Formats: sequence, C-alpha cells, structure tokens
Amino acid sequence: MGLYTIKLPDVGEGVAEAELVEWMVEEGQAIVEDQVLAAVMTDKATVEIPSPVEGVLSWRGASIGEVIAVGSPIIRIEIDGEGNSDGLDVDTPANNSDAKPPQDSVKSPAEQPAAGSAQPLVSAQSVVGDNKPVSKSSTPANEFKSSKMSAGNAVAARAEGESPLASPAVRLRARNVGIDLRMVAGSGPAGRITHDDIDQIIAKGPQSGGGSGRGGLVANTQITDVPVIGLRRKIAQQMSIAKERIVPITYVDEIDVTALEELRARLNKNKKDHQPKLTMLPFLMKAMIKAIGELPQMNALYDDETGVVHQYGGVHIGVATQTPNGLIVPVVRHAEARTVWECAEEVLRLAQAARDGSARRDELSGSTITITSLGAMGGLVTTPVINHPEVSIIGVNKMQVRAIWDGTQFIPRKIMNLSSSFDHRIIDGWDCALFIQRIKGLLESPAEIFIDE
Amino acid sequence: MKDQNCSLLVIGAGPGGYAAAIRAGQLGIDTIIVDKQKPGGTCLNVGCIPSKALIHVADEFYKATHFANGSDIGISVSGAKIDLQKSVAWKDGIVKRLNQGVSGLLKKSKVQQIEGTAKFIDGKTVLVETNEGEQRISCKNIIIATGSVPVELPFLPFEGPVISSTGALSLGEVPENFVVVGGGYIGLEMGIAYAKMGAKVTIVEAAKNILPQYDTALTKPVLTKLKKLGVTVMLDTKAKGLNEKQTKLVVERANGELEKLQADKVLVTVGRKANTKGFNLEGLMLDMEGPFIKINQKCQTSMNGVYAIGDVTGDPMLAHRAIAQGEMTAEIISGINREWDKQVVPAICFTDPEVVVAGLSPGEAKQAGFDIITNEFPFMANGRAMTMEAEEGFIRIVARADNHVVLGIQGVGGGVAELSASFSLAIEMGARLEDIASTIHAHPTQSEAFQEAAMRTLGHALHI
Repeated sequence: MGLYTIKLPDVGEGVAEAELVEWMVEEGQAIVEDQVLAAVMTDKATVEIPSPVEGVLSWRGASIGEVIAVGSPIIRIEIDGEGNSDGLDVDTPANNSDAKPPQDSVKSPAEQPAAGSAQPLVSAQSVVGDNKPVSKSSTPANEFKSSKMSAGNAVAARAEGESPLASPAVRLRARNVGIDLRMVAGSGPAGRITHDDIDQIIAKGPQSGGGSGRGGLVANTQITDVPVIGLRRKIAQQMSIAKERIVPITYVDEIDVTALEELRARLNKNKKDHQPKLTMLPFLMKAMIKAIGELPQMNALYDDETGVVHQYGGVHIGVATQTPNGLIVPVVRHAEARTVWECAEEVLRLAQAARDGSARRDELSGSTITITSLGAMGGLVTTPVINHPEVSIIGVNKMQVRAIWDGTQFIPRKIMNLSSSFDHRIIDGWDCALFIQRIKGLLESPAEIFIDE
Repeated sequence: MKDQNCSLLVIGAGPGGYAAAIRAGQLGIDTIIVDKQKPGGTCLNVGCIPSKALIHVADEFYKATHFANGSDIGISVSGAKIDLQKSVAWKDGIVKRLNQGVSGLLKKSKVQQIEGTAKFIDGKTVLVETNEGEQRISCKNIIIATGSVPVELPFLPFEGPVISSTGALSLGEVPENFVVVGGGYIGLEMGIAYAKMGAKVTIVEAAKNILPQYDTALTKPVLTKLKKLGVTVMLDTKAKGLNEKQTKLVVERANGELEKLQADKVLVTVGRKANTKGFNLEGLMLDMEGPFIKINQKCQTSMNGVYAIGDVTGDPMLAHRAIAQGEMTAEIISGINREWDKQVVPAICFTDPEVVVAGLSPGEAKQAGFDIITNEFPFMANGRAMTMEAEEGFIRIVARADNHVVLGIQGVGGGVAELSASFSLAIEMGARLEDIASTIHAHPTQSEAFQEAAMRTLGHALHI
C-alpha cells in the first residue's frame, strides 16, 4: 500500500491560491480513477480536481471555505502499489517564485497524522496552518472557523427537539412569566438564553409574548449566519478593493433612444432566423467603442501599485451578469472586431454560459471596460462600482416614455438614463462628460454608429 | 385516636419527603409527615450519612496502620487499633444529631410529624398505625416518598451471616473474611471500608466489570486501589448460596466451576428496589412504569392530588434528586408553576478513589447522536494532588464539537466528590468549554485539573 498525495494544481496563470468550495468525497471512501474529488475556486473560475489514481481517500487537507496555496497537499489517497509520497515528505509549493510559500507551510504536514490520532482538535488547526494562504499573514480559513463558531453562538435555530440552553434562574423566571423557552432564541454563547432575552420579550408586551401561542405578532429574534465563501467572498473582496482604492465620479445623463428603438425594432422584425434578437446592449457596445476611439483613456487598466495605466487597443467589454450564485462578469473579447449581430450573439452565449457555470476562465477575465444593466429593473439612477482595475463602467437604467419639450410642444419620447462611474484618479470630470456626451450623441442618432469617419 | 385533616400528607420522611414537607410548611401549607422511623430515611439512618462516617473511620484507621512501618512522608505510628463498637457509636451519634436536626427543621416549618406506618384507604385518606393506635388522616394532596429497599437474593436472604448494607453499618467487630456480593457503588464503598479496617475482602460481581454502569477508564483507578488493598475481585462470577455450615459462600465462576469462599459476613448489595409494597399502594391503581410509580414532569401520578418523588419513582435513586423533586413538588402544590427541567443529576461513588459523574459520558453522548470532543486531565500532573498523595485519576470533559457546550464531566481521584458541585453548575448553566477554561481555578487545588481538562479538550492545556 502506498500513499498518493494530490497537491493543489496550478489552476491558472498567476493564480497562487484557490478556495476550496466543495468536497465530493468523504474520508475512507473508495475512489476510482478520474473521479472528481473536490472543487476549488480561483478569482476567475471553479476548477474540479479529478483523481489520477484508484484507491481509498485517507485524508482531506482542507475544509470548505479554506484558501489553499497552489502546491499544497490537499488530498491523500491510499493506493495499491507505491504511492508518490510516504506522507512524511516535505511538500513545497510548486512555483515558489510566484507563490512565495511561507516557511510554516513547509513545516509539519508530516506530523499531522500522528497528532491527528491523539488530538483531533489540534490537528484540525495545524491543517489550517499548513495550508495557510500564500499571500498575507491573515488566515481566512481560521477566521471562517471562528465565525462559524460564533455562528453557533448567535443562531437560535436549535435542532428540532433540542432543549433550550438557559441557566436555572432564567428557566425559573421564564416559567414564572409564562414564556416557553423552546420558542426563544438565545443571544448568549452557543445560543444560551439570557435574562436580557427574557427582558426583551417582556418589554415587547403580551402580543408578541415570545411565542406564547396567543396569536398576534411575534418577535423573530432569529439570526441566520450565512458564511461568506466562494463566489460571494470573491465579490466581496472585489467590491472592497474598488471602494478602498478607487475614487469614483458618477455622471448621469439622459439619452433619447426613440430613434434607436425604431431601428432596433426594424432590425429585429427583419432579422434572419439564425440571428439573435437585438437588445440595447450591442448598440451601446458599438457606441462605446466609437467613443473610446476618441477617448482611449476610458478603455484601460490602472495598475496603481506601479503607477501605470495600460490603455488597450482592443475593447474587451465585461457584461455584469446575475447568476444564481451571484454576480459575475463574462467578457466579450475584441468587441471592436465584432458586428452588432456578433456582439449580440456573444453576449447571449456568455450570459448563458455564466448562468449554467460552464464559462471558461478566460471568458470571465480580461475585461477592459464594463457595462452593467439591470434592464427593466434599472431604476432611474445607479452608482455603478468600477470593476477594478478598470477605470470606467457604464450603467444602463430603465427606459421610459417621458414628455419632452421640443420648443413648441411636449412630445412623447423614449428616454433612458446612463449612470456611469469613472476612476477620478485617472479620468477628469471633463473627460467623463465628453465620453458620455459622445455616446449619447451616437445613441440618439444611431446611424452615426455605423458610419466610418 | 382523633381523625385529622390536612392540606398535604407526605408519606416517608426521607430526604425527598422531609424536603417536601419543610418547603410546604414554609409556603404555609398545612402539612403532616409520616414515617415509621426517625426522619431522614435511608439516606440519613442507614445510607449516605452512616456509610460516609464509617468510610471516614476506615480511612483514618488505614492511614494509621499504613504508617506502621514508617512512610514516604516521614510519619510512623505503631499500635493502631480499632474499636468498631465505639466507631459505630460515634456514627450513631452523628445520625442522631441529624435526626434531631431534621425534626427541628420540620417543627420550625410547622410540619406535624407522626411516627407510624401509613396505609392507603383511598387517594385522599390514609390510615396510620402508631404506637398509640390507629389514626385516620384525610388530606387534599399526598406525596408518596416511600423510597427504596435493598434487593434480597432468594438464595441469600438477609439472616445469619448474610447482611444488607444496613447490617454492614452496625457490625460489632471487623469480620475476618468479608465477602461482598455485587460490585456496584454500595458494595465497593463498604468493601473498601472493611478492607481498610483489616478485613480480608472478596468482591463477587456477575458482570464483567465493577461499577458496570461506568466506562472502564473511570473504574480502572478504583480497581487498581482494590488490588493494592488486597481485595480479591471476582468478575463474571455468580453467588449461589451459603454452605450448610453457613461459613462459606458458594460461587460459580465464568467457566461453570464452583468455588467456596470463606465468609464470616456476606454483604449482599445487588441493587435497590422501589418500596411499593405493604401500604396498599396497589389499591390506588396508579399507573406504573415497571416497578416504579409513573410520574410526569411535575411529579404528578396518574391520580389527581397524588404525587410521588424519590427512589419510588425510579432511577437515579439518589438523595439529591429526591430533595430537588420534593422541594419542587411542594411548590407545585402551593400553586407555583414549576416543572422538572434539571439538566443533570450528578452521581458519586465514595470509593477510594472517588468517582464523580455528571451528564453524559463520551459513549453516551455519541449514542445520543452528538458529535463530540473530549479529553481528560490526569491528577498526576496536578501539584495539589501530588502533595496529598492522590495522583491517581483524572477529570474528563465531554463537549459538543459544534458549539463546545459541555455535555458531561467525569472525574476519578482522591477527594473529587467535592468537585461535583462545579461539574453540575457548569452543565446546569450551559457552560461551554471556553467558560471553564477561562475561569480562574485557584492554585494549588485539584480543581485546576477541571480547568485544564477544558483547556486540553480545546487543544491547549498548559500543564501537560
């Protein structure tokens, strides 16, 4: 019998760590070759880790939500014949030039099995320590653990039939005032019901009497703790970076899209069967591309650490897309080289791929400017958050018919706002205005979008 | 004698009964308590208290004899003697003082005490036979607190050399050969005491372990000490009866072979049974739960106004459970809204070393479906234990893995009985491991082992 160790593979260019999001196997489970063992998630995509061997899973080196350095051992499988490790080897992350493994990650995987048998708790912690994320000294995995712990604290939701946790004095008092503790959520450690909890129920009066069963409104003191892991954590990180670093300026103007809507309706009416239905989006993309031709600083990535703005020739437009798991941004690459129809087609394809999770990593990265559109839900004005390290984001608000004064009378026009944010460190307000006014001009007179100058 | 009326009649003045009566009296309930013996029940008269007195005698004598050839700690004593009659008289003195104490407390609470045997006429009427004649008592409420009696083996009735725990508390001299049938806590407590007083003790247990309700880790230090005391422990062995001369106990080993054990006294401690016979309890037709009176969370029986508390209601047959039930039941009768919501009834074996259990053992917790973490701290690593020559044993904590709420605490070691209070308090208050680990436990005490056990379960004990 040998031990086969699987290390976290290099899941993509420049990726030094990944978050474990799912285990498909249990310790002690028999594994066949090519069976998917786990899924990890990088900044860009979810990657499945298949087994190259057949055997029995003997060790899972990380828990869900833990961030693991590339090259860290994450799975050990007992196999017939010789393994690739005796479990005692020192596992060094593969590409140490990029990954810079901390010294302690090299320290003690060998000790784990021994320590594990004697003191399960200690070993659980050392596993966390060993797979510490490469980047900083912070240990999200540990934090996650402790937050999970406190989740246990605050959550009132006891398992069904589990008796409430309360001191004898609290129990006595509750009984005296007619509160059934089984209906009370505890705010204390491990959901312990405190005198304060009883005070609160009493203060709220009889109609909410802590589930006294007399009908009426009942205070819901339940707190559901949702661990921020996986995609949600990525989004949170990305948003935090944007807020921390970028100084945004948001510019809103209204666009008269009456002519554009007429054109779009005509095109959709006469479109060939294989052609997709056109939405507003591909027209906006083409208008942006045209405007970028005059204001190339809008289509750029700002590397604020080295102090360089990378202006891109190609326009890679990210399209913020809501998926069941959360917000992701698939990218229409080289939109400048696509027709309106092709743009529409690509947006449709990517949105579908994003929603069903089949989008590839390169389809979810590399944007140079982003569009965010909530369609009919778009509201009047939004304040879009810039997709760091980009410098511009164009937000589409809902279209509505408004009465517009044409100089002699009010006429009904289809009006839509664009709410756009720019990184004010790089883009001046004047340029924001120029950019949006140019897009406005193009959308209001859509033929111009397609006229080469 | 004149008939009497009262609001509450308590039958049995053991710990449960007298606690109920005192509390009822305090609450202004017109209460009568009936018992044929002095107040205090089994516990005070022939149980907890006298046995602990005798164990103390045995410990002191053992110390003295132990010092006969000098000792590690530099003391030597010669000519230690024991006068068991005097010891028993001293013990009886304590019992008498406590009888009077309980009597005084009942008086203070204005509870009327009647010495006599009660018999049910119906659920509201009882006939009491006293020395002065029969007396009929009518009442609104009755608490049945008749306790339990030792189980007698049909082939070893309590007569001649065969004694119950009661008999073992009043021997005139230390028997030369003392055989204990039943390796539960009572048998072991008495066996160890007599071994320390110089008897040659043999313990006969039908099960594979002594103290079979506890896990072997807890009982091992006791077993070790038994060996050290020269006590013969025969496991997997059944008592069959006395020989004709009544000088030997015949036992059957696991392999079916019969053996005869020299026995001047045979103590039979094979358990206790609910005392439900002889007072026309069956006439009330109460719902039973096996041999016990069935009660609900308010200690109510199936008959309105009839309550039952203590050993007669089943396991655990422990005085402190009965006291808690008694106090609660009196309040319920007075109209206070109470219900049995105790999280833990601790239990102690006053063996050497002592064993304390509170809440769930690791095995029980797992069986109850909990995902647990557990660890123990040995007294070997506790300074105070060393200074008392009590290094055997440990304290163990069982907690839920998810939120670290403590489910059970067990301890074995010299003097751990006194730690039971903090064990129960921790569980009753819903403590988590962190609560115990973060509470300063005074140094140097054995209680530090409790804190360390919590820390060790959390993975960071300091002193090991």
